[in-house]
Amino acid sequence: MSTKNWPLWEVFVRSKSGLEHRHVGSLHAADAKMAMENARDVYTRRQEGVSIWVVPSSAITASNPAHSGELFEPAQDKAYRHPTFYDLPNELKHI
Amino acid sequence: MSLNIDRLEQEFQAKIDAGHNIEPKDWMPEKYRKTHIRQISQHAHSEIVGMLPEGNWITRAPSLRRKVALLAKVQDEAGHGLYLYSATETLGISRDELFEQLHSGKAKYSSIFNYPTLSWADIGAIGWLVDGAAIINQVMLTRTSYGPYARAMVRICKEESFHQRQGYEIMLTLCRGTQVQKDMAQDALNRWWWPSLMMFGPRDAESTHTEQSMKWKIKRKTNDELRQQFIDITVPQAEFLGLTVPDADLKWNEESGHYDFGEIDWDEFWQVVKGNGPCNKERLDARRSAYENGAWVREAAMAYADKQEQKRLAEVG
Repeated sequence: MSTKNWPLWEVFVRSKSGLEHRHVGSLHAADAKMAMENARDVYTRRQEGVSIWVVPSSAITASNPAHSGELFEPAQDKAYRHPTFYDLPNELKHI
Repeated sequence: MSLNIDRLEQEFQAKIDAGHNIEPKDWMPEKYRKTHIRQISQHAHSEIVGMLPEGNWITRAPSLRRKVALLAKVQDEAGHGLYLYSATETLGISRDELFEQLHSGKAKYSSIFNYPTLSWADIGAIGWLVDGAAIINQVMLTRTSYGPYARAMVRICKEESFHQRQGYEIMLTLCRGTQVQKDMAQDALNRWWWPSLMMFGPRDAESTHTEQSMKWKIKRKTNDELRQQFIDITVPQAEFLGLTVPDADLKWNEESGHYDFGEIDWDEFWQVVKGNGPCNKERLDARRSAYENGAWVREAAMAYADKQEQKRLAEVG
């Protein structure tokens, strides 16, 4: 067994230009260059992407689902942030 | 404390009943976590061990077209294993622990890969039958409750249909060839049919995990339902090839709208699960040796990465 395991990387792929990078999965690699090459082989064997980001998983700070209530609660009572909140007559067009 | 757990479990079940997925950082019952580690890793191991019987024929593929297709298929299986190992690791177990479980025999993999690939027709039969059976199971699993597993399954299903089509094309070519080639295809079907049916696992009445798995939406159909679905789809495909399914009791049942079929040899099934199949030892030896003989490469890559990092820090510093 190796003394030190290869770290985990998160892989993000832009499927075509004009679209955002999306998380597609993760993999182990010794360094960023290897992570990039492995990501190419594991996640884009069928031309699934035109650009890849690899990020050490340890660099990601994630919200805690147990605290989702208080984290997202402030947005719940702010219906005025949505266009449907505003009453306008139906005959009005293009607004 | 236990009241608290009861409440969490109720909320958990309510979430599943409402059709929500469970994600890695969500609270989950310990048994749900353990069941998933067992099931997803078993699936990952199957993809990796599954490369061995097919890899056996890469150098002997009858044409360049067949060879590139088989290479691509085997490479896909490696990719599928990697998606699934990553999904398992989200449950808090390391890659090394997973390998250790495979190599020690603690973790299982699909028994089908403990059968040998004796002729080129076996590569056709595996793609058609083994991948066909796997697809039935995996399509169901795209709707499984654990998010990372479901997402891995979506990717895998997209890739698997090429596997099955390349297998069937091999069978079709053999069946349209000489009598010797057709006999070879029939022989492969004879040997792979029953082990393929066994891939769906024990009958519902004997399956220890089914009830809980259905409740947690880990599985959405039972072993017997999936097996029947496979038979109903596959028998007409065998007829199209002009091959005979090796089951004297196989018969279309007009009333039920399904095929009736003969009894599976469950003794054989349990023997192979317990490690006494024709290739169990060979498969595990191959995996262990790949892991052990690759250790120095993994260490060297890590040492190189550390050194480069030190160099970079020194330059910045």
